[in-house]
Amino acid sequence: MFENFDLQKAIFGRLTLESLPFHEPILVVTFLGVLIGGAAVVGAITYFKLWGYLWHEWFTSVDHKRIGVMYIVLGLVMLLRGFADAIMMRAQQAIAFNGSEGYLPAHHFDQIFTAHGVIMIFFVAMPLVTGLMNFVVPLQIGARDVAFPFLNNFSFWMTVSGAVLVMASLFVGEFARTGWLAYPPLSNYAYSPDVGVDYYIWALQIAGVGTLLSGVNLIATIVKMRAPGMSLMKMPIFTWTSLCTNILIVAAFPVLTGVLVLLSLDRYVGMNFFTNDFGGNPMMYVNLIWIWGHPEVYILVLPAFGVFSEVTATFSGKRLFGYTSMVYATVVITILSYLVWLHHFFTMGSGASVNSFFGITTMIISIPTGAKLFNWLFTMYRGRIRFEVPMMWTVAFMLTFVIGGMTGVLLAVPPADFVLHNSLFLIAHFHNVIIGGVVFGMFAGITYWFPKAMGFKLDPFWGKMSFWFWVVGFYFAFMPLYVLGLMGITRRLRVFDDPSLQIWFIIAAFGAFLIALGIGSFLVQIVVSIKNREKLRDTTGDPWNARTLEWSTSSPPPVYNFAFTPVVYDHDAWWDMKAHGYKRPLSGFKPIHMPKNTGAGIILAGLALVTGFALIWYIWWLAAVGFIALIATAIGHTFNYNRSFNIPTQQIAETELERTQLLQSAGA
Amino acid sequence: MTAITAGASAARAGAAKEEPVFYVADEHEHADGGSTLLGFWLYLMSDCLVFAVLFATYGVLGGSFAAGPSPKDLFDLPLVALNTSMLLFSSITYGFAVLEMQKNRVQPMLMWLVITGLFGAAFLGIELYEFTHMILEGATPQRSAFLSSFFTLVGTHGLHVTFGIIWMITLITQVRMFGLTDANKRRLLCLSMFWHFLDVVWIGVFTFVYLMGVLR
Amino acid sequence: MKRFRIVALLPLLALLGGCNAVVLNPSGDIAIQQRDLVIISTILMLLIIIPVMALTVWFAWHYRQSNTSAQYEPEWSHSTHLELIIWSAPLLIIICLGAVTWMATHMLDPYRPISRTSPGVTVAEAKKPPLNVQVVALDWKWLFIYPDYGIATVNEMAAPVDQPINFKISASSVMNAFYVPALAGMVYAMPGMQTQLHAVINKAGTFKGFSANYSGAGFSEMRFNFLGVDQAGFDKWVADVKASGGGNLGRTEYLDLERPSEAVPVKKFATVDPQLFHLILNMCVQPGKMCTHEMAAIDAKGGLGLAGAYNVQSIEYDKFARRGSDPVVKKAYVASVCTKAAPMGMDVQAAAVTPVSSAPLTGAGLPRPSMFQSFAPKPSNS
Repeated sequence: MFENFDLQKAIFGRLTLESLPFHEPILVVTFLGVLIGGAAVVGAITYFKLWGYLWHEWFTSVDHKRIGVMYIVLGLVMLLRGFADAIMMRAQQAIAFNGSEGYLPAHHFDQIFTAHGVIMIFFVAMPLVTGLMNFVVPLQIGARDVAFPFLNNFSFWMTVSGAVLVMASLFVGEFARTGWLAYPPLSNYAYSPDVGVDYYIWALQIAGVGTLLSGVNLIATIVKMRAPGMSLMKMPIFTWTSLCTNILIVAAFPVLTGVLVLLSLDRYVGMNFFTNDFGGNPMMYVNLIWIWGHPEVYILVLPAFGVFSEVTATFSGKRLFGYTSMVYATVVITILSYLVWLHHFFTMGSGASVNSFFGITTMIISIPTGAKLFNWLFTMYRGRIRFEVPMMWTVAFMLTFVIGGMTGVLLAVPPADFVLHNSLFLIAHFHNVIIGGVVFGMFAGITYWFPKAMGFKLDPFWGKMSFWFWVVGFYFAFMPLYVLGLMGITRRLRVFDDPSLQIWFIIAAFGAFLIALGIGSFLVQIVVSIKNREKLRDTTGDPWNARTLEWSTSSPPPVYNFAFTPVVYDHDAWWDMKAHGYKRPLSGFKPIHMPKNTGAGIILAGLALVTGFALIWYIWWLAAVGFIALIATAIGHTFNYNRSFNIPTQQIAETELERTQLLQSAGA
Repeated sequence: MTAITAGASAARAGAAKEEPVFYVADEHEHADGGSTLLGFWLYLMSDCLVFAVLFATYGVLGGSFAAGPSPKDLFDLPLVALNTSMLLFSSITYGFAVLEMQKNRVQPMLMWLVITGLFGAAFLGIELYEFTHMILEGATPQRSAFLSSFFTLVGTHGLHVTFGIIWMITLITQVRMFGLTDANKRRLLCLSMFWHFLDVVWIGVFTFVYLMGVLR
Repeated sequence: MKRFRIVALLPLLALLGGCNAVVLNPSGDIAIQQRDLVIISTILMLLIIIPVMALTVWFAWHYRQSNTSAQYEPEWSHSTHLELIIWSAPLLIIICLGAVTWMATHMLDPYRPISRTSPGVTVAEAKKPPLNVQVVALDWKWLFIYPDYGIATVNEMAAPVDQPINFKISASSVMNAFYVPALAGMVYAMPGMQTQLHAVINKAGTFKGFSANYSGAGFSEMRFNFLGVDQAGFDKWVADVKASGGGNLGRTEYLDLERPSEAVPVKKFATVDPQLFHLILNMCVQPGKMCTHEMAAIDAKGGLGLAGAYNVQSIEYDKFARRGSDPVVKKAYVASVCTKAAPMGMDVQAAAVTPVSSAPLTGAGLPRPSMFQSFAPKPSNS
C-alpha cells in the first residue's frame, strides 16, 4: 500500500491493515460475535447507568474482597476463551484423518494450542487462585484489608492488561506459534519474526508484574496482619497454603521476568542469549523457564489443597486430621518444588546421574503430597460428611488426583519419560492434576465461599449438574489421551495418518463437549442463583457451620470485615468461638481507619497496556510516550496524600445493628 | 483404635480454663504502612532473583566470545575501580542522609541526598562512557553471547541506579514540599535499602565480571 | 529383567489389547526395557493408589451424614501411629522406586552403548559392529546420513535387526525430538549440539518415526519410516539408495535441502560429503562461516581480541521465515578466519558456492492461503 511511505512506518510501526486477519473466516465471525456481545454489554451498562457504579465501587476499589471477586470474574471470562481453544483443538484432531487436513491450517492451529496453554495457566488458573486468596486470606486471619490495598488494585489491573493483550492478538495480528513456553530458537526472531511471540512476551511481562506484587502483598499481609493470638501454627490451612504459594510466587516469577527479558533482548536488540550463532545457548532458556515453570505448578495447586482442607473439615464436621503434618507437608512441597525442574526435559541429554537425581527429587514430592491425601482421608474418617457441592468436588478431586499423581511419578522415572515425554500421556497427566487438582479446587472454593462474598448460596441443583458434567467429561476427555500416549502419539499434532486412532480422539472430543456442558451449567447456576437469591440468602454469615474466622462476620462482610479485631486461640478459630459461647459485641465501636479508593491502579495498568501494545508493533514513539506517562503517573501518585478515611462510629453501629436484626430474624 | 482417639484436643483444655475473650475491645490505631519495610524487603529479594538470573546467564555465556573480544581486551580496571568508588561513596553519603533524617534535620539531609544523587550520576556517566567506548570499538551487545550477557547484567544494574536517582529526585521534592513526614521517612528508608542493595549487587558485578574477567 | 516380561502381560496390556499400543508392545530391546520400567513403576504405585482410592470411596460412603450409625468423633484429629503410617508408606514405595530409577536411568542412558542386542545376547556374542547413523532434523523432514556407507536419505531409514545402532543427532534450525516409539525413547535434536542414542531393533518391519517436539508449521508431517530388515534386506536397501540416482549430497545440495518444506517424500542420495554432518553440527555448511568448534577453540584461548570484533558477515540469504517484517537488527554470522575456499578469510567471499534462491520466504516457509495472497507484502529486499 504505502511501501515507500516511511511516515506510515514511523506512526504505525509494523501495524498495517494486513495485520487484521480478514482472511480467517473463523476469526472474522468470532470478532463479529465479540463485537456484538461487547456492544450489548456496553449498551446495557450505559442503559442502566452502571458506569459510575462500576468505576467508583469496583474498578477503583481497594477492598480486597471486591478485588478478589474481580479476579475470579476475570478468570471465568478467560476460561471461556481458553476452553473455546480447547474445543477447537479437540475438533480438529477428531477429524484430521484419512488425508483430511481438518478445518484449521497449521498457522491457526499452532496459535490455538499456544494460546490455550498460556490463557489457562496465566489468565484462568492464576486469577482464580489469586482471587480466592485475595478474598479469603484477610478474612481468615482477622484483618481488615491486605497490607498494600492500592498495590492490590494495581496488581489486578496489570493482570487484566496482560489478558487484554492476549485477547487483542486474536483480532490484531496473531498470537505465538511456539507452544506455551516459547522455547527458542523457534521463538527467536529468526524463526518467529511475527508479532505472536511479542504478544506472548508482553502479555506475560505485564501480568507478571501484577502477580509478583500481589505475592509480595499477601506475604506481608499474612506475616504482619494476623489477628492477636494467631501464631503461625494456628493459621488456617488455606492461609498456610496461600503463604507458601506467595513465597513461591515471589521466588519464582522474577525468574520468568528475567528470562523473558533476555528473550526480548534477543528479539528486539539482536542480542545472542538463545540464538544458534554467536555463542548463544537455547538450552539455558529451557532451564530457566522451568525453574519458574515447575514452582508455578505448585503455585496453582497449593491453594487448591488449602481449599480442600477447609472444605473437608467443614463438611465432615470435624477437626482437620494431622494439622501439623499438613503444614509440614506444605512447606516441604514448597521447598522441593525448586529441586525438580529438570524433569521437564530428561530427553535433552543430561547425564544419567543428573537425570536420576531430578527424577528421585520429583518422586520425593509425592511423599508429602501423599501424606496430605491421607490427612483428608482421615478427616473424613469418623466424620459426619454432608455432601454439599464443595464436598463433592473434594471427593472427586481425591479420586482423580491420585491417578494424576501416579502418572506423574511414572513420568519422573527418566527411562519411562523417554517414551512418554511430549506424548499425549503427558498431556493427559498434567490435565489430570491441573483439572483434577486446581480446577476442581477452584470450583469447590468458589461454591464454598460464594455465600460469603455475595450473601447467598449458589443453587445446588445446577452446581451438581456442573459437577457431574465436569467430572464425567474429564474422564472421557483425558483417559483416551493416556491410551493415545501409550500408542506413541505425541502432542501438538495437527493431522494424523493412522485411522485407528480416530475413535480415541472422537471420545476425547465428546469429553470436551461434556465439559462444555459443565461450564454452561456453572454459568446457568450463577444466573439461577441470582434469580433465586432471596431463597438462597445466607442471613447467618455461617451457612455451612464452618470453622474459620471468615464465617464469624456477616455475608457479605462489611467493608471493614470485623467491627472488632478477633482474638484467636485455635486454628479453627470460629469453631472455637462457637463452642465457647462467643457473644458478638454490640456496642463500644470505634472509628475504623480504611484506605480510599483510587483510579491510579487502572490508569497505570492502562498505560502499561498501551506501552506493551506499542512495543509489540514497533510503534516506538507510542512506547516512549506510554512508558514516560507510566513513570510520571506513578510518581504523581506518591504526591497523593489523601489516601485514607475513617469510618465513623455511627455508621459502624448502624451496619452492626442491621446484622443483629438479621441474625435475630434468622434465629426466629 | 483407642490409642488413636486419645489425641483429642489438648489445646482446648488450656484455653477453657479462663473465660476466653474473643475480640480486642479497645484497639489502637495501626500506623499506616506498618508492613512497608517488610514488603519492600520482599520486593528486593525478588529483584535479587532477577540479578541471580542475569549472573547465572553471565556465568554460562561469559566465555562465549564468538571469536570476538574478551574481557581482557575490553575492560579498563582503573576506570571500573573509579566507578565502583563512586557507588560506594554514594552509599556512605546516603547513610549520612539517613542519620540526618533520624535527627529530623531537613536541610543537611537534603544536602547529603543531593551528594548521593551526584555520585550516582557520576557512576552512570562513567558507565555510559565505558559502554559507548566498547560499542565504538565494535564490541556491541550483538557481537557475542558474552557481550550480550555483559551489557544486560551491567545495564540492568545501571537501569536500577537510574530509577534510584529518579526516585531520589522525587523524594527530594517530596521532602521540600511536605517535610519529613512519616510517609517520607518510610520512603527514604525504602530507597536507602534499594540503594545499598544496588551497591551489594555492584560488588558482585565488580568481582565476578570485571576482576575475574581481567585477572583470571 | 526376565521376570519383568511376565509382569508385562498384566493389566495394562490386557486393557489395551484392542489397539496398537506401541509403547507397551515395542520391537526394540531398549524400548522393551523402558516398557518394563513403565509397568513395574505403575504396579509399585498401584500398591498404594488402589487402597487410597478404595478408602476414599468407603469413607465417603460410610461416614455420610445420613448414616447415623457410623461413629462420629468431631474432635479427633491426631494419631501418631497413623501419621507414622501415612508418611512412611509413600516413603517406602518411593525408596523402592528411587532405587529402580537410579539403576534403570544409568542402564538405559541413551548415551550408553548398549550391552546386549536382545535378552541374553551380548553385543560381543552378536558379532555385529554397531551401525552408525547421523540424524539431522531439518525444517520439516529428517535427514539420515550413513557414514559407513557414504549414503544419505530423507524421511526413511533402515537398520538390520539385532545390530546395535549408534545415532548421533543434531538439527539445522530449531529443536526437535527424534522418536521411533518401537525402537527406543526419544532424544532432543538441537541445532549446534549433538545428542546420542544407542538402540537396537529386534523385529523386522516398518515402524513409525517422527519429531516429538513441536518445531513449526510442518511439524505434524515430519514423519519417516524406520525399516527393520534382515542383513540381506539391508544390503539391498543400501544398494538401492546407491542406485537411486539421487546424486551427491554436498554442501550446496544440503543448503537447498534445509530450506523449509512440508510432507517431503523419501529422497535418496547415492553419495554424501563425508564432512557434512560435522559441518552441520558446527553450523558452518555455508562457506565462509566460522565453525563452532573453531570458535570454541578460539574462545578457549581468549577470543580474537578487538580485531575479531568486526569479523562478521551479514547473512546473504535468508533460509528462514521472514514475513515481510523488517528486523530491528539485521542478522549476521561470524566469518571464518581462513578456509580453503577463502584463504584470506572475510575479505574474500566464498564465490565457489552460490547458494539457493535468495528470495525471502513467506509464511513459515510456505505459500499463504490463497485468500490472503492479494494482501501479501511484496518482497522488499530481494
